[in-house]
Amino acid sequence: MSKIMGERPKALVDVPLHYCPGCTHGIVHRLVAEVIDELGIEGRTVGVASVGCSVFTYNYFACDMVQAPHGRAPAVATGVKRARPDDVVFTYQGDGDLAAIGMGETVHAAARGENIVAIFINNAIYGMTGGQMAPTTLPGQVTQTTPYGRDVKTAGNPIRVCELLSSLDGVALAQRVTVDCVKNVKAAKKAIKKAFEYQMAGKGYCIIEVVSTCPTNWGMSPGDALQWLRDNMLLYYPLGTYKDIGEGEQ
Amino acid sequence: MAEKVLMKGNEAIAEAAIAAGCRHFFGYPITPQTEVAAYMSKRMPKIGGVYLQGESEVASINMVLGAGAAGVRVMTSTSSPGISLMAEGISYIAGSEVPCLIVNVERGGPGLGGIQPSQSDYFQAVKATGHGDFHMLVFAPSTVQETVDLISDAFDLGDKFRIPTMILSDGLLGQMMEPVVLPEPKDPVDNKDWAAKGHQDKRKHNVINSLYIDPAELERKNRDRFEKYRIIQENEQRAEEYLADDAEIVLVAFGASSRIAHSAVDMARKKGIKAGLVRPITLWPFPEKFLNKHAAHAKVFLSVEMNMGQMVDDVRLAIRDSKPVRFFGRTGGIVPTPAEVLQQIEKLNGGEF
Repeated sequence: MSKIMGERPKALVDVPLHYCPGCTHGIVHRLVAEVIDELGIEGRTVGVASVGCSVFTYNYFACDMVQAPHGRAPAVATGVKRARPDDVVFTYQGDGDLAAIGMGETVHAAARGENIVAIFINNAIYGMTGGQMAPTTLPGQVTQTTPYGRDVKTAGNPIRVCELLSSLDGVALAQRVTVDCVKNVKAAKKAIKKAFEYQMAGKGYCIIEVVSTCPTNWGMSPGDALQWLRDNMLLYYPLGTYKDIGEGEQ
Repeated sequence: MAEKVLMKGNEAIAEAAIAAGCRHFFGYPITPQTEVAAYMSKRMPKIGGVYLQGESEVASINMVLGAGAAGVRVMTSTSSPGISLMAEGISYIAGSEVPCLIVNVERGGPGLGGIQPSQSDYFQAVKATGHGDFHMLVFAPSTVQETVDLISDAFDLGDKFRIPTMILSDGLLGQMMEPVVLPEPKDPVDNKDWAAKGHQDKRKHNVINSLYIDPAELERKNRDRFEKYRIIQENEQRAEEYLADDAEIVLVAFGASSRIAHSAVDMARKKGIKAGLVRPITLWPFPEKFLNKHAAHAKVFLSVEMNMGQMVDDVRLAIRDSKPVRFFGRTGGIVPTPAEVLQQIEKLNGGEF
């Protein structure tokens, strides 16, 4: 006998997700949907899907959705928000999308204080294309395109996105969370909710970076992946709030 | 009767778009179109509109995608190298069936090229503005007044067919001043039930998307879109004919070069040469019907362009090579003179095809 602990959030469409077993995308989807439900904003929310594993989010979120070209979600979201300032607009982007091909759009949307929320999944790898080096791949980390481990002398250094963006005046909230245990899942939801509330209060650009796993492309079991995340990812990408304007305004 | 005002081509583009109910402009500075953006930045804040300078043409066209997906009338303007950067976004816009207006005030290329007028983006505008199976409705005005008139049509047809539309202008038309009558201003309308603007808990979610992972579905989507294109090809071809009905030498020219061709036809007629002009107003769909009308009586066609010969193949296809088609053009920012074109007409008149 199993007991259903919680209903599916209304803002999550009742279809099977395509994600691999143990992938943390599903948890983050649920958290975003729960926040949309709790704030009662599904009818006036528009999500922007990016390119990567999360491309199909447009099938999963029950709010209106736009699918953006690779890296361009912040620009697309800017267009939606400027056209519909009363709507709540969020992007859902992976690390390749946000921090490599879309870094220009990300930095400028943040610098403009564009009143949108970015949900940023950092799993240190390109998932959709089969496990290549991402801008967030750790030094020494083996991927399909760093088969001898990421050599920072030739492949460059990883980018800490929250730290980078926190220097920009337009950013209202830059917070790094993870979803490896119940406590952290709860903290992640709180951060996501705060970001949406900040947007509704017109405070500016908010980014919630979720340090995530990719068991398939890391070549690990889901449990081992979570442990690897704790032992490696969180050392390079410490959890925390890098910027929070709080009661202030831009 | 509305008042005639003297306006620069680029500023007329902006005012005409506002009159057509456009309240959203996203763009990036580039010569020779910058007056469009400058004008918008002045006017939009005063009428409750949005002017936003993107950090690049790449970002700007994606802002256009977002605003268009959210259901508002939206436009951008740029010049040749900018269109290259927008090509990705335009492909997504076409695949997502989002209407918007894109203005290209052409300059010379390739690469950084030059900043003088050119028509060397014909291929790009009508053949391959981005990857994949798609077209845009492309208008090529030849006067400031016609630019103004076509902008309203471009927005209306874009909305009707849910396709991106382009005004292909050039540095000459953009920078010149001519008297224009502006149309009666229309208020923006918010009536696109397909748009991603928030479902207000009244319907299933709308998804604006160009990804179809199932090949059969993608083929069906493309076929559906090409059915729209077929209807457009049937009904929206536009051209102006000038002294073409009895012409033995039919010039074909659009935009700025058509003005020169027009003068050359007048000069030829004064010399007793039966020259005429067919001026495509739509470049896609290409006005085949108008050219075919004159294939029977023409001895030869002459495509006059400000490039190395990009439209000439479409002229040949339109008339199915039933008559010889020759080309004359200047490029790199050089505008041909009527005398140069007349010289070509005289050569053809002497039987030198």
